Amino acid sequence: MKLFNTGTLSLLAATVLANPAIAQEAMTLDQKVNQAFAKATGPFVSLIFAPFPGTSFPWIVMWLVVAATVFTLYFGFVQFRFFGHAIALVKGDYSDPNDAGEVSHFQALATALSGTVGLGNIAGVAVAVGIGGPGATFWMILAGLLGMASKFTECTLGVKYRNEYPDGTVSGGPMYYISKGFKELGLPGGKFLAVLFSIFCILGAFGGGNMFQANQAHAQISGIVGDYPGWITGLIFAAVVFMVIVGGVKSIARVTEKVVPFMGILYVGAALIILLVNYDKIGWAFGQIFTGAFTGLGVAGGMVGALIQGFKRAAFSNEAGVGSAAIAHSAVRTKEPITEGFVSLLEPLIDTVVICTMTALVITISGQLMIDPDTGKYILEGTSIATVDGNSGVALTSAAFGASIGWFPYILAIAVVLFAFSTMISWSYYGLKAWTYLFGEGKTTELVFKLIFCVFVVIGAAANLGPVIDFSDAAIFAMAVVNIFTLYFLMKVVRKELASYSSRLDAGEIRRFSH
Amino acid sequence: MTTKLVVGLDGHSSGERALDHASKLARLIGACELLVVYIIEWSPYSFQTPEENAERHKRREDEISTAQERVIAPAVEALTKAGLNARGMVRHGNVADMLNEISRAEGAEQIIVARSRENSLSKRIFGSSTANLVMEASVPVTVVG
Repeated sequence: MKLFNTGTLSLLAATVLANPAIAQEAMTLDQKVNQAFAKATGPFVSLIFAPFPGTSFPWIVMWLVVAATVFTLYFGFVQFRFFGHAIALVKGDYSDPNDAGEVSHFQALATALSGTVGLGNIAGVAVAVGIGGPGATFWMILAGLLGMASKFTECTLGVKYRNEYPDGTVSGGPMYYISKGFKELGLPGGKFLAVLFSIFCILGAFGGGNMFQANQAHAQISGIVGDYPGWITGLIFAAVVFMVIVGGVKSIARVTEKVVPFMGILYVGAALIILLVNYDKIGWAFGQIFTGAFTGLGVAGGMVGALIQGFKRAAFSNEAGVGSAAIAHSAVRTKEPITEGFVSLLEPLIDTVVICTMTALVITISGQLMIDPDTGKYILEGTSIATVDGNSGVALTSAAFGASIGWFPYILAIAVVLFAFSTMISWSYYGLKAWTYLFGEGKTTELVFKLIFCVFVVIGAAANLGPVIDFSDAAIFAMAVVNIFTLYFLMKVVRKELASYSSRLDAGEIRRFSH
Repeated sequence: MTTKLVVGLDGHSSGERALDHASKLARLIGACELLVVYIIEWSPYSFQTPEENAERHKRREDEISTAQERVIAPAVEALTKAGLNARGMVRHGNVADMLNEISRAEGAEQIIVARSRENSLSKRIFGSSTANLVMEASVPVTVVG
């Protein structure tokens, strides 16, 4: 068990004592951080989001969607065929009572979900709809449905090739299935690709799993209490994250893990109430979504603009094909790795098809996006759609909910902070697993990673949304570049598992346990 | 035929009274096996962090061996020394459900537990494990005060 030692305490004290010096040049510090950050990450971001020559279509978006489509076809629409079975697995119908006390399918799913359901669903969708219009929602849902097959593939492999240590702990994820799987198939380069994935995973943990969260949490808090320097939020967040991941203060994590699902239900509940109250506009909103999907309704880039935004946000929100979920799901106790694959395919459904769509519908119905009454098209302000109060990101979602339920922005602020926090805790674990894969397990190496992680919380809160979101997307998608490339080679392993499992299921060899 | 009695222990001193009563019954019955059970409260639907999940298997083993060493082994030893036929068991799950489940699976005639000393908010909301057991059990339950 980790304990708060004096070394870490004095470090925390030193950080706190340094505050007054920073305070005097607060604004310039935020600006400096922002500028330096944008400059440092620029080339990496440009490479990942490079468009196909002669078009404005980023190749990475195509990469993800093509992969999701290939997996969907290769596994014969596994996300629909085994949907019912996935639900039965989560309910525990197939769990051996003698395994009680081990990580259940439900727990693995809930843990993975608390890492993915977060600001991507609240802020990310607002960004997508704010730039791509309501039409982006259509492409988001489509990407979510296809992404279920990507998740299925990576999570099955995650469990199959995980490391089980003599002390009973487990470590799994793309770095393990890439190196072990390639070796098993006699393919070269497995180790290299696993290392490459780990590097990108660490960057992703700092980016989307950390800075983006800190940034949007700050935006939400300052939207309510008034503007103040971002590094203050950053330091507070960093201190709490520090207490949990370095100090081992489990109670904070435990409280968060219990409150987050409640917040998720509250969020969807509030969205449903808003939709019910405005039931007369639901038809119109879906009309906007479908028309916008194919015409763009005046958004920058037209239909392609809407499609890019929808696909990008779906991938960022549900992380299908990214490989992060494979790390979270690999702790489950099962003799059949594929069962965890079935369970994991529910993730993009809950995350994207349900929760993201709710956000998009509420924003569309709220009338926050300004429409030219003469043409019926959206009014542009630069590349984004003009909004009533000039909001973007999480502030737009907040304004949209606030339009119907006046006090909801306060609840949303709490939800955002908790979502941000739980996502950070999850990603600190994903990043750590990649880090220990590279540098070996050990107290000191782990501590180094955790400290860097906390520093990035402060940077994320202080920087502007633009550069942070660009870097976050780029880092997470870089993980997908390596992960999906290897999945093409490893998918035949999953197909073999699928064929064996479904024939045994049909033959009645795999049975439900009566509870 | 051997009669089986399930004795549920919760690691507190009240468990001694349940054991005493069970031994008394066992002597009266004669051919009797005492099944001493400890249930570790656990739900497959709770929420955990990724780190807790990764360590879960190890934790489970630790929990079982701790319960075995501190509660079950001493109880079984004491009963055996007293000349009774006794067997121990540690399981994870809901206390009331599991005691009932084990009794059914083992074909036990009766479940013996001590009155629980829980005094918390969850008891007020969900009722105590003992009360739940009495309500749900499919075999007679004796609650020792």
